[in-house]
Amino acid sequence: MRIAVIVFPGSNCDHDAYSVLKGIRQIEVHFVWHKETDLSRYEGIVIPGGFSYGDYLRPGSIAKFSPIMTSIIEKAKNGFPVLGICNGFQVLVESGLLPGALITNKKLKFSSRPVALIAQTTDSIFTRNLKKGEKLVMPIAHRQGNFTADEDTLKAIRDDDRIVFTYGHEFGGNPNGSALDIAGILNKKRNVLGMMPHPERAADPLLGSTDGLKIFESLAGIT
Amino acid sequence: MKAEIYVTCKQGILDPEGNAVRKALNSIGFDAVGSVRFGKYIEMEFADVDKAEAEKLTEEACRKLLANQNTETYRFEIVD
Repeated sequence: MRIAVIVFPGSNCDHDAYSVLKGIRQIEVHFVWHKETDLSRYEGIVIPGGFSYGDYLRPGSIAKFSPIMTSIIEKAKNGFPVLGICNGFQVLVESGLLPGALITNKKLKFSSRPVALIAQTTDSIFTRNLKKGEKLVMPIAHRQGNFTADEDTLKAIRDDDRIVFTYGHEFGGNPNGSALDIAGILNKKRNVLGMMPHPERAADPLLGSTDGLKIFESLAGIT
Repeated sequence: MKAEIYVTCKQGILDPEGNAVRKALNSIGFDAVGSVRFGKYIEMEFADVDKAEAEKLTEEACRKLLANQNTETYRFEIVD
């Protein structure tokens, strides 16, 4: 599987994601600069964390007009997996590939600490290796991760089993005030996942957890 | 020709900054302050367009980029 890690000015988890993907034999990974327009040779896309365009205006709001976004939207429409992590999740909601919005954390603080995620669905390419209810520990690092949507949208994503991860009560629980404790959601076609926590920072025993690796291995089809 | 644009949090959307500032105001004696909504003020200057065109462009800019319509509302004025 050939995967593109998209690099915006201000991305800062691009190398972490690249390095984790590089370690998986079934994956061939390349960086793709946001000014590029052709993703035809890729079978999967990762939009990494960071502060694209300095988070000016709203996180993700300027990145959504980068030239590469047209191809990402096309890939998503054609069913290819797209994973947005942290700022990548913010780009996905701003571009309309995922519903809702990510607003400032309830306590107004940048929150950088571990969280426990509860896998709420295994029905996606990203979570097919997990067990429903399985707990994964990985870090968060954001100030705008408070997922908000109107009641109808929340009901729809809950009824469609599109809430992928919620925050467990460990480490102080929901870190940002997210509706329904949401940490990650899928689009309707279930091929686009946005999540605030950082699986790429929990994929090496040296970093204290390898739980994040399970998401990348699911993506790669390792059973 | 200049657009003066105000982008604010929609009613019903939690506004953590506004809430924190309201509490601070209440705690220093501004008991009459019931609600504070935060937002952004943006000035956009135009060259060589008439007022109608400036309005049209500002509306489009607000819709496409300046406001996130899931959580924010906007209003603006075109001034000379």
